[in-house]
Amino acid sequence: MARVVVDVMPKPEILDPQGKAVLGALPRLGFVGVADVRQGKRFELEIDGELTDERLAEVNEMAEKLLSNPVIEDFKVSVVA
Amino acid sequence: MKVGVVTFPGSLDDADARRAVRHAGHEAVALWHGDHDLKGVDAILLPGGFSYGDYLRCGAIARFAPVMTEVVDAAKGGMPVLGICNGFQILCESHLLPGALIRNDHRKFGCLDQKLVIESNRTAWTNQYEVGQEITIVLKNGEGSFVADEMTLDMLEAEGQVVARYVGNPNGSQRAIAGISNAAGNVVGLMPHPEHAIEDLVGPGTDGLGFFTSLGALTV
Repeated sequence: MARVVVDVMPKPEILDPQGKAVLGALPRLGFVGVADVRQGKRFELEIDGELTDERLAEVNEMAEKLLSNPVIEDFKVSVVA
Repeated sequence: MKVGVVTFPGSLDDADARRAVRHAGHEAVALWHGDHDLKGVDAILLPGGFSYGDYLRCGAIARFAPVMTEVVDAAKGGMPVLGICNGFQILCESHLLPGALIRNDHRKFGCLDQKLVIESNRTAWTNQYEVGQEITIVLKNGEGSFVADEMTLDMLEAEGQVVARYVGNPNGSQRAIAGISNAAGNVVGLMPHPEHAIEDLVGPGTDGLGFFTSLGALTV
C-alpha cells in the first residue's frame, strides 16, 4: 500500500474567486498581512500493492484526465508513504 | 426532428428543455445518463442543472457518464449538440468545446434576465437569428465565467466560433463570451438559458425560441 498525493491548483493566470473570498475574510477576523490566497484541492490516493513506475504513471494520467482540468489547473503528484 | 434531452443525476432544466423542443415543433426524447443509447435522435441537448452535485468540477463527472460516449461520437460525426449552462460545462470538460467555466468573478450566484448579442448564425442552433441581433434570455449560474488562453480566444474570434456575447459582463467571462461553437458549428455551448424564454407568460419573452427553431432549418 502506498499513499500518493495529488495537489491541484488554479493556474496563476486564472482568477480564483474562492481564494479572493478567503483573502477578504482574513482581515475581518483580525488576521492582517496576507497578500494573496489561492485555493486548490488535495487528493490522497491509497494505491494497492507496490508503487511501480507504471502505477505512478497511471496516477499522473488520473490527475490529468479527471482530478484536474488542464485548461484551468496545474497538478503535482507526490509520493508520501 | 427527434431531439434527445439527457437527464443526469442533478439535472434541473431537462423538463423545460423538452418543453422548448416541443414548442418549436420537434419531438422531444428523454435520454438517460446511464444508457449507451441515443434512441435514434437527430440532435442532442445537454440541459442545465448540477449534474453529480457539481462534485470535483462542474461537468467533470458527467463527462464520463455512459451516454456521453455516444454523445461525443455523435457530435464528432456532425450531429447538432447544444449544451446549456451545466451542459456547456460538460461539453468543455468533454473537450468538444475549448475553454472552461469557472466561478463568477463576483462570487455570487446570478439569476437575471440577460441581454446578449448573437455573434454567429452559422451554427445548427442559431441560424434563425441575425448577426448583431440583441436577445434577452435568462442567466442563472454560479460558475459561468468563460475562460481560455489568449491563443484559444483569438482562434474562437477569428474562426467565428463566438456564438453569443453578453451586453455588459455579468460574470467576468473573458471577452464577455456567453456561448461558443466548435469549428463545424454543430456543437454549441451557451451559459444562459434559451429554454426559459420561449413564452411570454413565464419568462422574459420569446427570444430563446430561435435556438430550437434553428434545428433542421439549415444544414451547416
